[in-house]
Amino acid sequence: MRHIISILMENEAGALSRVAGLFSARGYNIESLTVAPTEDPSLSRMTLVTSGTDEIIEQITKQLNKLIDVVKLMDMTDGPHIEREMMLIKVSAQGEYRNELKRMSDIFRGRIIDVTGETYTIEMTGAGDKLDAFVQALEPGLIIEVVRSGVSGIGRGDRSLKL
Amino acid sequence: MELTGAEIFVRSLRDEGVEFIFGYPGGAVLHIYDALYAQDKVKHILVRHEQAATHAADGYARSTGKPGVVLVTSGPGATNAVTGIATAYMDSIPMVVFTGQVPTHLIGNDAFQEADNIGITRPCVKHNFLVKDVTKLAETIKKAFYVATTGRPGPVVVDIPKDITAQKAEYHYPDKVHIRSYNPVHVGHIGQIKRAVSMMLGAKRPMVYTGGGVILSNAAESLTRLARELNFPVTNTLMGLGGYPATDPQFVGMLGMHGTYEANMAMHHCDVLIAIGARFDDRVTGNIDKFCPHARIIHIDIDPASISKNVKVDIPIVGCVDNVLKTMLAELENVGQKPDATALGAWWQQIDEWRARDCLKYDRDSEHIKPQYVVETLYKVTKGDAFITSDVGQHQMWAAQYYRFDKPRRWINSGGLGTMGFGLPAAMGVQFAHPDDTVACITGEGSIQMCIQELSTCRQYALPIKIVNLNNGYLGMVRQWQEFFYQKRYAMSYMESLPDFVKLAESYGHVGMQITRPGDVEGALIEAMQQKDRLVFLDFLTDREENVYPMIPAGGGQNEMILI
Repeated sequence: MRHIISILMENEAGALSRVAGLFSARGYNIESLTVAPTEDPSLSRMTLVTSGTDEIIEQITKQLNKLIDVVKLMDMTDGPHIEREMMLIKVSAQGEYRNELKRMSDIFRGRIIDVTGETYTIEMTGAGDKLDAFVQALEPGLIIEVVRSGVSGIGRGDRSLKL
Repeated sequence: MELTGAEIFVRSLRDEGVEFIFGYPGGAVLHIYDALYAQDKVKHILVRHEQAATHAADGYARSTGKPGVVLVTSGPGATNAVTGIATAYMDSIPMVVFTGQVPTHLIGNDAFQEADNIGITRPCVKHNFLVKDVTKLAETIKKAFYVATTGRPGPVVVDIPKDITAQKAEYHYPDKVHIRSYNPVHVGHIGQIKRAVSMMLGAKRPMVYTGGGVILSNAAESLTRLARELNFPVTNTLMGLGGYPATDPQFVGMLGMHGTYEANMAMHHCDVLIAIGARFDDRVTGNIDKFCPHARIIHIDIDPASISKNVKVDIPIVGCVDNVLKTMLAELENVGQKPDATALGAWWQQIDEWRARDCLKYDRDSEHIKPQYVVETLYKVTKGDAFITSDVGQHQMWAAQYYRFDKPRRWINSGGLGTMGFGLPAAMGVQFAHPDDTVACITGEGSIQMCIQELSTCRQYALPIKIVNLNNGYLGMVRQWQEFFYQKRYAMSYMESLPDFVKLAESYGHVGMQITRPGDVEGALIEAMQQKDRLVFLDFLTDREENVYPMIPAGGGQNEMILI
C-alpha cells in the first residue's frame, strides 16, 4: 500500500543523504521525496511517498526514527490528510490543439503561465492521481516536458506534525 | 584561555575519561599528534594498520563496557578503519572514531588524501559528525560519546578537518548534552511487562533466548536470577555467550546454525519464547518459516526497530534489558506465583533426552590433534577464566562451543559482520584493559594472516597474548561448505604457501611453538601460560578435514540439524 510519511528533521548538511541512504541500503522503495526548511530554520520538513506491506512500513518508520537527525515523523496515511503535488508541463500548442489544450487545462484547473507561438506551459496542482490523469488525457505527442514537485502532505483538522 | 583545536581535542578526551586511544598518525592529524605528545593522561597506542586500531578499540570496549576510541588520518587512514567500524556497528559496540580530514577549504577538491569520510561511513555508523567550527569541537566530541554509549550503542565517527585543529577557541567541555531528536527509551512499559510475566507463568515449555544485548546492558546477573527463579532453560546466541553461566545446568548451549541439538530442539518445540537482547539473526533462526512454530514470543530490546523485524512477536517490550529484567523480577515477586512444576518437569525431561545425544562429541582417540580438544584443553588450563577473542570461521565456532563462558565480556568475537582479522587486534585492546589477566586469541591460519602485522604492536607494548592457531591448512569453514555443498571442489586453497608461524613469531621477537601431536597439546598450553610476560604463538597442526557439528544447513529449520 502507498504511504505518505512526513518527517521533521534537523536542517543540517547530510540529513537528506541519511534518509536516502537508509532507503537504498535496506531496499525500500521511494516513489517521491520533497524537502524544504520550515518556519523554524533549524528544521526541515520532508515528505516521502513509499509503498510496502504493513510490516515494511513499520520497519521504515522505526528505522527513520532511529536516525539521529530525525526529530519526529508521522504517517499521513494513518488518518485524514491532504495531499498536493505541483506539476509544470510544457506542451506543443499549435493549430487545432491550441484551443483544445486551453480547455483541457481549464477542466483540470490548471493555469497557463507561459505562452509562445508554439507552446504552452501549464501549472497544475492536485493529488498525484489528478496530475496522472491530466498527463494521460493529453496526446503523448504533444508533451514536451513534465516537471513534478513530488508529493507534500498535511494532516486535516487538528492533526499536525510539529514540535 | 584559548586553546587550539588539537589541544581542545586532547583535553576533551581527558575530561571524558578516555584512557587509551588506538591510532595511526598522518598528515591531517599531525596537530593532534603534537598535542598528544605534550601530555601523558590519554595514552596513544600505535598500531600497524588502521583496521587494527578499530578492532583494538572494539576489544577494549567489549571487555570493559567503556567506549573504544580511535584516531586515524584522512583518506586511506579513514577507509582502512571502515571494516572495524562496520564490525562494531553490527555488534552494537560503543566506539568513537576520529578521522582526520583535509582543510575545510580543500574539501570537495579531490585533495591529497581526501575521502568523503562522512559519506563512506554513513551506512555503518550510529551517527557521524563533520566539525566545521572549532568552537563546536568540544560539544561535538561530547555528543559523539553520548550517542555512542546510550540507547543501543554503536560507533560514531567525528571527522575533523586539519585547519580546525589549528584554530583557537575557548575550551569548555559540557557535563551533559541534549539532542532533541535522540531520546532512547530506558524503562520498559509496565503493562507489557505484566502481560509478559503472566505469559511466562503460564508456559509449559518455556525457552529463554538471549543475545548480545544482555552483555551490553550488563544484565547477566538479572538474567541469571530470573531464569533460576523460574527454572527455565536458557540458550545464548554467539554474541550472548557469558550472559548466562555456561556451566549452569539450566544452560542448554548456544543455538543456531552450529548450536547444540538440545538448544535448537528446545527452540523448535517451546510454547513461550522469551527473547532478550537478541535480534533473530538468520544464523539463529534458520529458515524463518519454520522458526519456533509453536511459540508465543516475548521480545525485550532497547531498539524498537529490532522488534518484529524478522519474526513477528506477541509481546514487545522496548527498554534497557537490565532495567526490564529487574522490573520483571519485582513483578514476579508481586504476583507470588510459580510456573506449572509438572509441565516444567516434563519439559526438562525432554530436554535432557535431547542432551543425551551428546551432540558435541568428537573422536578423542584420533591420532590427529582435534581442534575441539585444543579449545577444551585451553578451557581447562585457563580454568575457564581467560578472555578469549576469536577470528571468524570454524575455530570461532569451536571456541564458542567448547570454551564455557561463565562470565560476561569474556568472549570477544565479531558475530554480526564476521570479520576475519578481528581476533589479534581485539586481543590487544582486551590486554590493555586487563593487563594482569590471561588473554587468548583462538584463530586459524587464514584469519591470523589478515592482521598479522599487529605482532609488531604486541612487541612494542609487550602484550603477553596467547595466540592459539588452529592450523588445518584450509580456510576451514569455506572448505566445509565446499565439502558439503560443492562436491569437494576446494576452490582457492593455499596449503603450499603458508608461512612458518614459529619463525614468523620469533622474527617479531615473540615465542613460537608448533604442536603436532595430541599428547603435546596440554603441555604446550601450560608452558605458554607460564610465559606470563611473553606473547606465545601456538601453532597447532590440527586434523585437516574436521567439520563443525551440529549444523543446520541453509533453508533448514531448527529441528533439521546435521549431527555427527
